Amino acid sequence: MSTLNVRGLTVRGRTVRGPRVQRRTVVLTAAMTALMLGLGLLGLCYGASWSTPGEVLAVLSGAERSVVISEWRLPRVLAGLVFGAALGVAGAIFQNLTRNPMGSPDVIGLDAGAYTGALVAITALSGTSAQLAVGSVIGGLVVAAVIYALSFDQGFSGLRLVVIGIALNAMMTAVNSWIVLRADLEVAIAAVGWSAGSLNAVGWEDLNIPFTAIALLLALMATQAHAMHQAALGDAVATTTGVGLGRLRLLMVLVGVGCTATVTAVAGPIAFIALAAPQIGRRLAGAAGVPLLPAALTGAVLLLGADLVAQMLLAPVALPVGVVSTAIGGCYLIWLLTKEVRRA
Amino acid sequence: MSARLTAREITLRYGDRVVSTRLSLDVPDGAFTAIVGPNGCGKSTLLRAFARLLRPDAGRVELDGREVGDYPAKALAQRLGFLPQDPQAPEDIRVRQLVGRGRFPYQSFLALWSARDERAVTDAMAAAGVADLGDRPVRELSGGQRQRVWMAMVLAQDTPYLLLDEPTSFLDITHQYQLLGLLATLRDQGRTVVAVLHDINQACRFADHLVAMKDGRVAAEGDPTDIVDAALIEDVFELPSVIVPDPVTNTPMVVPTLRADASALRADVPTQRGD
Ligand SMILES: Nc1ncnc2c1ncn2[C@@H]1O[C@H](COP(=O)(O)OP(=O)(O)O)[C@@H](O)[C@H]1O
Ligand SMILES: [Mg+2]
Repeated sequence: MSTLNVRGLTVRGRTVRGPRVQRRTVVLTAAMTALMLGLGLLGLCYGASWSTPGEVLAVLSGAERSVVISEWRLPRVLAGLVFGAALGVAGAIFQNLTRNPMGSPDVIGLDAGAYTGALVAITALSGTSAQLAVGSVIGGLVVAAVIYALSFDQGFSGLRLVVIGIALNAMMTAVNSWIVLRADLEVAIAAVGWSAGSLNAVGWEDLNIPFTAIALLLALMATQAHAMHQAALGDAVATTTGVGLGRLRLLMVLVGVGCTATVTAVAGPIAFIALAAPQIGRRLAGAAGVPLLPAALTGAVLLLGADLVAQMLLAPVALPVGVVSTAIGGCYLIWLLTKEVRRA
Repeated sequence: MSARLTAREITLRYGDRVVSTRLSLDVPDGAFTAIVGPNGCGKSTLLRAFARLLRPDAGRVELDGREVGDYPAKALAQRLGFLPQDPQAPEDIRVRQLVGRGRFPYQSFLALWSARDERAVTDAMAAAGVADLGDRPVRELSGGQRQRVWMAMVLAQDTPYLLLDEPTSFLDITHQYQLLGLLATLRDQGRTVVAVLHDINQACRFADHLVAMKDGRVAAEGDPTDIVDAALIEDVFELPSVIVPDPVTNTPMVVPTLRADASALRADVPTQRGD
């Protein structure tokens, strides 16, 4: 019997464990960081009046003072970076959960749900930033729970979840319009500008709590990244290699909704960053599955870039960044949908 | 033979569909157990219960006297390895990366990849015959190559117990025998192997313990030489056969008596009538 054994199977023990793949992630990180710095500098220079990079650097180093740069432009640039990263990670989380490139929070209605929560906080309550944040998180979680309840049928199907999510997104968007129509005029005007998703007029005072929340959520998710990738092997192998799937999924939903809702509470529902960033990042990194770091970096670059375009397109009028991201991302979604439908 | 992995009177079902009722099975330790039986008789379901993927409605599945569901996730994963019938690989993953995923039970947030992991992966890939595929995307492999890559992943998990659901189904005949030989070697090294196999003659040749299942219950179990006879094959597979000694190993060999021109075969086929 033993003569049949592993004969002929001892092959040169060549070490091929993805050094190339990892190098690509390192290169991507470096390139994305350079791009972020470049776009960030451009964002600090650009405005009603152009500041030279020299002036900007002088202000950043504290040698000079400029309210415009340090109080208006800097928070906006940082918000673009941090919110973009948060949206990219939220997208990667839900694309992992649903195992579907369309399963991102903006497509399945979590942005819209968070926005409903925020609208309720403004119209029914006094609309403090704490109420906005709590309202958004509750709105996002409620939509997530409804999608989950409707799509769970003797097991978990990513595509079913996505389809139900798209329907819920349409419903929540309609609800949001209805709330705005019924609201007082001034609230409605504010809400409409915000409803497209906008970084116009964000200041430092709006950012302390969201930045802290996002930092905590991303740190929490970083500890779960390894398990998340293991879960991509399917429920059976993930479980038998030691992933606690129930706890992992709950954490992922909380972080994903938390990131989405935090951004929505400050900037409104900025669509399509969460959809596109993880897939672009995955392709650029040449990585397996849908990894978090490339998604975060790509999200930051995309949102910062889109916000610059939004400011320049009809200058001196600044468009809401969501208009730009929707215009670009919408085309991407159509392409993705036709590809998925053909595959199904 | 002593057993540390046992099922005691377990009832297994999916929703309303009951597959097994009060099934008991002791998996002999340090032996190669093969499970055979017709399609849909509950072989995969039983294996999933041993791998704590399916919680029994009643009864207990135990390893060393402790219910498998009560072990911490990674602790059980260091003892029990499982290969499902149709595992799914993440998009764009490469062979060596996928095999490396078998090391998950030994890793943590702070200790991601060790020299021991590296060695286990290299050894597992050599044993499964995929050492030269390391850098290939799994998506581009043939079904048989892919199955051996998954086998390597389970081997990298380095567990004393291996539960394998049809590990040879996509392999060509040479690789089937190589894999079965590998399982026998692992058994010789002291591991406990449980595999669902389709080829009863291979099962008889390689397994120490044969479990024949029918309709969710164990129809017979024991040393293949002791339990395999024409009556058992007729009962379990509804296949008339004669049993002859395997000319190579002397183990039982099932030779079905149906012929291509046998009337038994033609009976079910509607005869063509011309007008
Ligand atoms: N996920 C499931 N949901 C419902 N029924 C199932 C499921 N998996 C298997 N079954 C049913 O349970 C029975 C046993 O299946 P299985 O254990 O896969 O058989 P096999 O012996 O071929 O591996 C079959 O009748 C099958 O239809
Ligand atoms: Mg089966």
